[in-house]
Amino acid sequence: MSDSDTHGSVPAAEPGQGTTRAAQDGRASGFPIVARTDFSETTFLLEIEHPQMARAAKPGQFVIVMIDEHGERIPLTIADFDREKGTVTLVIQAVGKSSREMQARAQVGATLYGIAGPMGIPSEVSHAKKVICVGGGLGVAPIYPQARAFKEAGAHVIGVVGFRSANLVFWEEKFRDVCDEFIICTDDGSAGIKGMVTDGIAQAIAAHGDIDEVVAIGPPVMMRACSEATRPHGIKTMVSLNPIMVDGTGMCGGCRVRVGGRIKFACVDGPDFDGHEVDYDDLMARLKRYRPQEAKAMERWDENCRMLAMEEEAR
Amino acid sequence: MARKTIRSIPQERAFMPVLDAETRATNFEEVSLGFDEANALVECERCLMCPEPACVEGCPVGIDIPGFIARMIKKDYHGAWEVLTDSTLLPAVCGRVCPQEDQCEGVCAVAVSGGLEPVAIGRLERWLGDKAIENGWHKKSHVEPNRFRIGVIGSGPASMACAADLAKAGCEVTVFEALHAPGGVLRYGIPEFRLPNSVVDAEIGNMKDLGVEIRNNTLVGRLFTVEQMMDEMGYDAVFIGTGAGTPKFMDIPGENLNGVLSANELLTRCNLMHAGEFPNFDTPLEIGKKVAVIGAGNTAMDAMRVSLRLGAEEVHCVYRRTEAECPARKEELHHAQEEGIEFHWLTAPVELLGDDANNVRAMRCQRMELGAPDDSGRRRPVPIEGSEYEFEADTVVYAIGTSPNPILGQTSKVGLNKWGYIDTDADLATSLAGVYAGGDIVTGAATVILAMGAGRRAATSIRKYLGIRDSMVVYEPERTGFEDTLFGIDMAEKNFTQLRQI
Repeated sequence: MSDSDTHGSVPAAEPGQGTTRAAQDGRASGFPIVARTDFSETTFLLEIEHPQMARAAKPGQFVIVMIDEHGERIPLTIADFDREKGTVTLVIQAVGKSSREMQARAQVGATLYGIAGPMGIPSEVSHAKKVICVGGGLGVAPIYPQARAFKEAGAHVIGVVGFRSANLVFWEEKFRDVCDEFIICTDDGSAGIKGMVTDGIAQAIAAHGDIDEVVAIGPPVMMRACSEATRPHGIKTMVSLNPIMVDGTGMCGGCRVRVGGRIKFACVDGPDFDGHEVDYDDLMARLKRYRPQEAKAMERWDENCRMLAMEEEAR
Repeated sequence: MARKTIRSIPQERAFMPVLDAETRATNFEEVSLGFDEANALVECERCLMCPEPACVEGCPVGIDIPGFIARMIKKDYHGAWEVLTDSTLLPAVCGRVCPQEDQCEGVCAVAVSGGLEPVAIGRLERWLGDKAIENGWHKKSHVEPNRFRIGVIGSGPASMACAADLAKAGCEVTVFEALHAPGGVLRYGIPEFRLPNSVVDAEIGNMKDLGVEIRNNTLVGRLFTVEQMMDEMGYDAVFIGTGAGTPKFMDIPGENLNGVLSANELLTRCNLMHAGEFPNFDTPLEIGKKVAVIGAGNTAMDAMRVSLRLGAEEVHCVYRRTEAECPARKEELHHAQEEGIEFHWLTAPVELLGDDANNVRAMRCQRMELGAPDDSGRRRPVPIEGSEYEFEADTVVYAIGTSPNPILGQTSKVGLNKWGYIDTDADLATSLAGVYAGGDIVTGAATVILAMGAGRRAATSIRKYLGIRDSMVVYEPERTGFEDTLFGIDMAEKNFTQLRQI
């Protein structure tokens, strides 16, 4: 490759303030993965080195990640950040092609091709005196920094987290440190109380007549259930929406959601909205819009993995 | 040489081949193939070499058009390119995407007083731009670095022009781009068949040769603010060229149905993310059999022609005014018509209709007629009572314009006007000292060349603000006996910089 040819390809991402040029051999230089924890067969945590982002990140914000040049841009909530270490933490559930590929390839020492953010408007840490922070499944991770922020602001924090069963529980100690009360709910009752997070919310509301605010993060069905659980009590409920995104900068409107009858772009107007105003049916229908393509990408990825495994065996 | 007259020049434009409509509608190859050398030279002969050329006035960056054509006639192509690049950074881009009919070519004397087709200035510019890329021509400039650091937000045409001019003035320039690849609308918006990515890469390469550093994946306003750039990060001046990327919707019922998307989303998925090559690339895109695009600007043309190439069986354009008001470039409209796109003038949607699965299945449209002219002088479309009908479509694309991106407004104190665009004075200075802005984020959606013009104007203002002497003057190389001077300027004099071309 001659010198002038080096401009012929899209330059790889450069981390933070770094000045290293993109590698010319096609490998992405990119953003280093410095730690990884696997919580379960499908859920894992990545800690990415990005001092500038660690300084800027606030609870409630998200990033857009690309695994390589052929990858898609996927939004992931910032689960935590460490300003001193200069890292941001992502918790990922392997549900489709891109996230499963990340599960396979994003090991310590590897890099991500792109990570842009922090995006979205930070969650407002209100002056609420008593709050319930609710996390369901993967939403347990991003609710953590919010619970911590409320605690730091002097609120009485009740943590309610929901998992399918005891073996999927993670970050219990972390949560207990920042919560005044902590309720675990599991579908099968193998840990904490048996039932949904809404049962945990009901329990907390029954015990405290003066809850000022509920913050809920999790799958859309769960956030809808939480909003319905608080509506009769007139408790302010904030949810973090997770629509399909492309750029994450307000440029395409792929992430538009209906809130209070108006169209909002979740990436620049949110992702936090008043749970009592959100049109969840609309959100869930729009999340299904690429189902056939998602299945096709997944199938092809599985097929390729099988082929590779067979080649390995043949050797 | 006898003076050329309208009678003595070739009466017809020189031949430029284009791919045939049927073949090209199925692929992303560039439609216009450009002149070959012989035809470029024939076209040059059509220039009358006006002593007071209107075309130069018509060009937003004031390219010396007869100047470069005169050198081309002498086959001094490198010299011609030098003349061109004194004024424009992106000849291969602007030669392709400028609306020349409204600019240089619109005022060409051959057309205005001669009644012939104007000289094909854009095509000649493109030919030179392509030749430069092919032969690896670079401005061999020697820049005396100064102590100033400039931050440029966004990497589209306005930012690229501003960054290049400031780099030539000796500043250390860093460009911050939110996406993972630079180029702005040249990368995510304008499709391959109009502007090949290789051309964008080459032009960005030229900018890097000037020492400009580009940082991708950097969302200014969230990763750090404009104020932080000036206070903590030590930039002496900042240029904001973030564009007007936020798409408008109409706020009619059914807009959130699946299959309804903005042209920005369609084009970003296709051009930036290569959704056309799914599943080789991971980003999906669903294009239905019958696509309706609302709007008739250049973005609409691009969205329609992309849809066709992604396999739509029928593509329709729905526009509330007539062909006469259609804001797209004539050439693009013509290409779209050739490719079989159907146009429905004087038609406006009032509602989008969905099926049980929340997918769009049709639009309820109404017919319009033109009423009295509005403030902008265009005749206002007025609905015809009782003209509503259903128009089937399984994909609906909005291309009705953009509004300013809210992020910088949310996170900095930079003053905005009542529409949300950044407010600037005549020098493109914003309300924050040392912070300048230009391009679509100031004017609203416009053209590539106007954005470039704004970027260059802002660069001039920034030089003035920093007290940098005029770096546009080309000085002679140093000669012996000039020990105490640099390019003839006293070495004791501080705060200057020059560009020496070798």
